[in-house]
Amino acid sequence: MPMELARNWRLRRQRLSLEGAQCAACGHLVFPTRPVCPKCRSRQLQPYRFSGRGEVYSFSTVYEPPAGFEGYAPYTVAQVRLAEGPLVTAQLTDVDADSVYIGMKVEMVTRKLFEDGENGLLVYGYKFRPPVMAPTNGHVSADVLAHTEPQHEAQAPVLVAN
Amino acid sequence: MKPNRPVGIVGYGAYVPRFRIKAAEIARVWGAGEGGLPIEEKAVSGLDEDVISMSIEAARNALRRAQIDPQEIGAVWVGSESHPYAVKPSSTLVAEAIEATPLVSAADWQFACKAGTEAMQAAFGYIGSGMVHYALAIGADTAQGRPGDALEYTTGAGAAAFILGPGEESLAVLEESLSYVTDTPDFFRRPYMHYPEHGNRFTGDPAYFHHSVTAGQKLLEQLGRTAKDYTWAVFHQPNVKFPSKAAQMLGFSPEQIAPGLLVGQIGNTYAGASPIGLTATLDVAQPGDRIFMVSFGSGAGSDALSLQVTDAIVERRKRAAPTLAYVKRREEVDYATYARLRGKLQMA
Repeated sequence: MPMELARNWRLRRQRLSLEGAQCAACGHLVFPTRPVCPKCRSRQLQPYRFSGRGEVYSFSTVYEPPAGFEGYAPYTVAQVRLAEGPLVTAQLTDVDADSVYIGMKVEMVTRKLFEDGENGLLVYGYKFRPPVMAPTNGHVSADVLAHTEPQHEAQAPVLVAN
Repeated sequence: MKPNRPVGIVGYGAYVPRFRIKAAEIARVWGAGEGGLPIEEKAVSGLDEDVISMSIEAARNALRRAQIDPQEIGAVWVGSESHPYAVKPSSTLVAEAIEATPLVSAADWQFACKAGTEAMQAAFGYIGSGMVHYALAIGADTAQGRPGDALEYTTGAGAAAFILGPGEESLAVLEESLSYVTDTPDFFRRPYMHYPEHGNRFTGDPAYFHHSVTAGQKLLEQLGRTAKDYTWAVFHQPNVKFPSKAAQMLGFSPEQIAPGLLVGQIGNTYAGASPIGLTATLDVAQPGDRIFMVSFGSGAGSDALSLQVTDAIVERRKRAAPTLAYVKRREEVDYATYARLRGKLQMA
């Protein structure tokens, strides 16, 4: 088995929770975390979890992917400017390449990044996508009822419950 | 059954992938004709989606609604029959992603399509006994169906998550529940097999209808109620016809099951099916409404639950995307793209 287990495990908070760091001396935010603050050179960096909200700063679509990502091509990679400031490079998901634009609002989701071979680790982490929708005022009843009217149809050949 | 201490749902959330394939497109490929198709279309998971990723998003929506510290969650239980690993819990990754680790119980549950409600039942007991304050129960599946098989028309993808907790904090309080189980082998999948086997019509009367309707009847009897005492009802939904008929047999009207009957638009999401029906129903329920829910899992059994909605629903449901936002977010794909997304192409 490829021995990337420890490295992937060490990165779990960064990948799953978008955890970077904040400098306790000057307040500067960084992603990913690093041992020294790039602004004031303090070593007092504390874990900081980013909101996951941001917008596309730049992007490109990958047609010739590196090893391990062949099955996902074509896919779009973007630099996302997080609401808190840092730039993050990540794949976009749930969006067609031709509808991506600079300044597009995105939100972080956790998705499968790649599989470490057929019998290896499944690696999960952050990607970004257009927000599903802002929370509503909660009044969707008429809409729901119209959308989910039971279908009345002919007898199906075989209906299988499971 | 119910614990001595009142328990209920503190937060809930759903997730449905954005891809859809029409049943008519599947029928076109296999020359089956378009008459009597069991659903309109089904949700298809993307290349980077599986039970773990879908569970995480549903759980985050539940957390947004509950607004609790994830460190207070004492159990993360994921029910599914399509866990990405044969050996390694999905639940540890979900717990890590929502930052509920490390003082937490985590386990994967399996009981075909009722694995999610089975996890809910156990979580109610865990909370009711005082062992934990909150528990997260999830039903999720990327359902498998052999190409050309009757199952392929309906096998969908989706997840629903419930943060369960004390009754006084709940947006819907558990009034009573029961589980009704027999050994009825209507559907199963052996180790190393890609696709399940099923008993065609044997999955109907002796399996789905017997367990769903009996569980429903017995719960109504225990509570001394009829269908008229409920505002809403949710049933397991392998197709549109079965839950509609089961509801009718128990005396529920089409209007009572309408908000929670989503199979026509997203397919049978297996362990996610009745739980997603419940999240969609909670999206429209009003304080005081009663919700009747019956799951079904092949093998076979049903969990029946009676819930009463509280005032907390009004504020909490606004805090995350409603189920319908995911249902309406759709991109239609043809059979070739669907075959690629679902890994049905042999590459080597």
